[in-house]
Amino acid sequence: MIQLTCAAPGCAGGAEEHEYTLSEYEGAQARWCPGCGDHSVLTAVQRLLTSEQLVPEQTVFVSGIGCSSRFPHYLRTYGFHGIHGRALPVATGIKLHRPDLTVFVVMGDGDCTSIGAAHWIHALRYNPDLTVMMLDNGIYGLTKNQTSPTTPRGWASNTQPRGSWLPALNPLSLSLGVSNASFVAQTAEWAPAHLYATLRAAYRHPGLAFVRILQRCPVYTPALYQQAVQDPARITLLVHDDGVVVPELEKVYRTHLPHDPRDLDAARRVADLSDSIYLGILFRDPARARYEEIRRVPPRTAEERRVLLDTELDRYAV
Amino acid sequence: MTDTQSLSSTGGVAAAPSRPATLLRLPQHTVEIVSDPGEGAQKCGQIFGQVSARMGNGVWTVEIIPAEIQPPPRLPEGASGNRIRLGAGPVTNWGDETNLVVAFNEQVLLARHRAGALAHDAILLIEDKWAESDDPAIQAAWTAAMTELSGGGYRIIPVPMEAQCLSVLDNPRKGKNMFALGMLVWLYHRDLELVREQVARTFRKKSEEVFQQNLALLQLGYAWAEAELDFRVEVPPAPDQGPLVVMNGNEALGMGAIAAGLELCAMYPITPATSVSHYLSEVFERFGGIVHQAEDEIAAAGVALGASYAGKVAFTVTSGPGLALKTEFLGLAVMTEIPLVVVDVQRGGPSTGLPTKVEQSDLLAVLFAQSGDAPRIVLAPATIEECFHVMITARRLAEAFRTVVFVLSDANLATGVTPFPRPALDLRWQAEPPDLSPIPAGRLPYGWDPETGLSRRIVPGQPGGMHTVTGLSHDEASKVAYSAGVHQRGNTMRSRKLAVLQRMLAPPAVHGAEQGDLLIVGWGSTKGAIEEAVDRARSEGLQVSSVHLRFLSPLESGLGELFVRFRRVMTVEINYSDDPADPYVTEENRRRGQLSLLLRAATLIDIDCWTRVPGEPLRPDAILQAIHSRIHRGTKP
Repeated sequence: MIQLTCAAPGCAGGAEEHEYTLSEYEGAQARWCPGCGDHSVLTAVQRLLTSEQLVPEQTVFVSGIGCSSRFPHYLRTYGFHGIHGRALPVATGIKLHRPDLTVFVVMGDGDCTSIGAAHWIHALRYNPDLTVMMLDNGIYGLTKNQTSPTTPRGWASNTQPRGSWLPALNPLSLSLGVSNASFVAQTAEWAPAHLYATLRAAYRHPGLAFVRILQRCPVYTPALYQQAVQDPARITLLVHDDGVVVPELEKVYRTHLPHDPRDLDAARRVADLSDSIYLGILFRDPARARYEEIRRVPPRTAEERRVLLDTELDRYAV
Repeated sequence: MTDTQSLSSTGGVAAAPSRPATLLRLPQHTVEIVSDPGEGAQKCGQIFGQVSARMGNGVWTVEIIPAEIQPPPRLPEGASGNRIRLGAGPVTNWGDETNLVVAFNEQVLLARHRAGALAHDAILLIEDKWAESDDPAIQAAWTAAMTELSGGGYRIIPVPMEAQCLSVLDNPRKGKNMFALGMLVWLYHRDLELVREQVARTFRKKSEEVFQQNLALLQLGYAWAEAELDFRVEVPPAPDQGPLVVMNGNEALGMGAIAAGLELCAMYPITPATSVSHYLSEVFERFGGIVHQAEDEIAAAGVALGASYAGKVAFTVTSGPGLALKTEFLGLAVMTEIPLVVVDVQRGGPSTGLPTKVEQSDLLAVLFAQSGDAPRIVLAPATIEECFHVMITARRLAEAFRTVVFVLSDANLATGVTPFPRPALDLRWQAEPPDLSPIPAGRLPYGWDPETGLSRRIVPGQPGGMHTVTGLSHDEASKVAYSAGVHQRGNTMRSRKLAVLQRMLAPPAVHGAEQGDLLIVGWGSTKGAIEEAVDRARSEGLQVSSVHLRFLSPLESGLGELFVRFRRVMTVEINYSDDPADPYVTEENRRRGQLSLLLRAATLIDIDCWTRVPGEPLRPDAILQAIHSRIHRGTKP
């Protein structure tokens, strides 16, 4: 609802072209544990910001609470490090008031699929133009090793020491079950080229792009994807001209499944497969309704509003 | 009512004698229309109230609302309708007892009798078809009700509403209200042309056929009353008060939000707050604003906060249970110093409590329901007019002090309808568009002025201002605090802002003399009733005054100095407190009214309280009784 009037250097629409370098996007020194998958995601995001030349002051990273939610502090854009599970409502509010801003959301698996599950479902349905990263290491790390909804069944933690009682929640199936969801993808922290390509596709998608990023916690779940990391045969790439195309990876990961991201039924079948780890875009429909577009109203000046309100008061005149 | 002429209260059922009608000229009169939900008593009452306001009467109308949408018919607890107090001068509250009732069945009437709502000499106009019902259970219920009512000394006038209405329509459940309106129009000398206009306005979305039918029913009720009733009431109009508007408190809050230039209301449905968003959903987009109905109360707070963070101040509207859910986000807003306006239309609590009924029991919750120290501003409009203006103040304060501003309204203001001076709109009330200019080097996101704690906000889009806001303790640069001193400093700066605001506030005006035996302190919707009670007490010669607080956090200045000029100080509030005479209750363990607790802590003065939670507004006569019983409490013989 805000008209951009700023013509200062660096502002969108400014006359001067400035080439942003990767270091210009760097914030504070990351404090994650050595070997944490979050580092790979941060690197991929910085690469994306640079390659897409996103204007730092026009870019906002919103996060919740958890290890991965420290993310915005490590970038030199605007950042909103909020409360546990609630990054998506904040991001939706930003987008409603300021559709001109580019908004990324960073959440962990507990943040997104447990305490924030209601917001996750509804944000998928609102489908605002957000790039949403769910950094899924299958455990609560910051609070020190508690079971999360995506912890595999049988996996021991401090809260379920004899192993997780229940089958893990499948974030892909759930996302694909939400009406009006427009982009669902899965990638992995240990495949940086795929991670980058997926995030780029997500960023370029108009609407809410939900990316589940599989990753290991070096302290609590180091073994979680160890077999897949060591044995590329356990990975299946979803391939399609309209999907994530990473030619150099196709030689590393030789198992391919042709999958058209426009096919929702096929996407749902793939999401439910448990024989391999599938990486790629499961579903994409850029035509789906976006909430902030639907709700956009013509802006009013203060004077217009005053005149209209005076007329409105006539309806209530005694 | 002290001034009502007695209307030959015969008790029992009596047919009205034939004319000529006695004319009763009264300074005020209170009338109720009650029915089962869905029979239109509320519409009838609203039209009657609006016409009366347009004819120059002071008017205060209150909805009588059951908690359910369609409870079974003929249940006392299903009573639904409207209560209209008319006055020859401005009317500031719903008054005491009802003088005249139109009831569509005897059970809803019984509910009002049992609630103690009816004056001892009230006139009851009751649909009489139930007396002759084919259903023996209904007949028996009618007889039992009439027996119970006959003990009240009322004058009961049976009215063949349905029999009359059947001459115009097939389903009298859908038109009796217009017949009732016709009766009231005759009884109270209302201008029939104005009534027709108001009916046309109210039913503008219905067909011409429905409109004509309504007019026919109106005429029928008018004619019946003229032929059958032996009295009329005249409440003279008030002196000219200039241009007025008439609306309820929730409409006033919504319109105030527009006048303040707010552009985003994020909410989740909750009674009795929701009608603010109903109003705004209807009109807000024309003003460049939107209502976002979030997936839950928490998300509503989050969307409002995100919007505020990125641009103009946004607001959220809720009631007690919703407020409880929003708490964590509101702490975040205080910590990150993101301006936010939170409207709490209070209802009875705790838990789901009394969804449709008034209470003032969220004061301590909005002040303290937070982990850590989270200073915030709390405002309480005292009238429906103030519901409009408070939104402008709230928006400005939120912006200037970079914090959460609570607006504490309640169900009484939300559903009460009264005329007030038409606001003269001012462009300065509206927020400026956010400043997106570059941030000069060295300016920090929390560049606290060390004296005041105030700082200028930086919003996304401002070049050079990039930083991450966080709910973690942080320094001026919004860097997460890893040393103890930073946390102390942040707390100090956030708290200092309230001290600065408090120093800007004038002492509240005293209603009555500046000293005396008893000072009543109130807040929120009770102002009219308290001042009416104080006026009556003063006319009896009692040295009683009152003061009404609009700021609850920070408190207005000069309270301690004011309180010591009175021998006793007592709050009057609609929230729970132990009665000093209750078993086990001592001065030490007595749980007190919320404002009194706050004022005792702030002033170290022994402030008494008289509070009730009746699920309805306080009546001036009840407050007067409390004044009588408490004015000499604690006086040594």
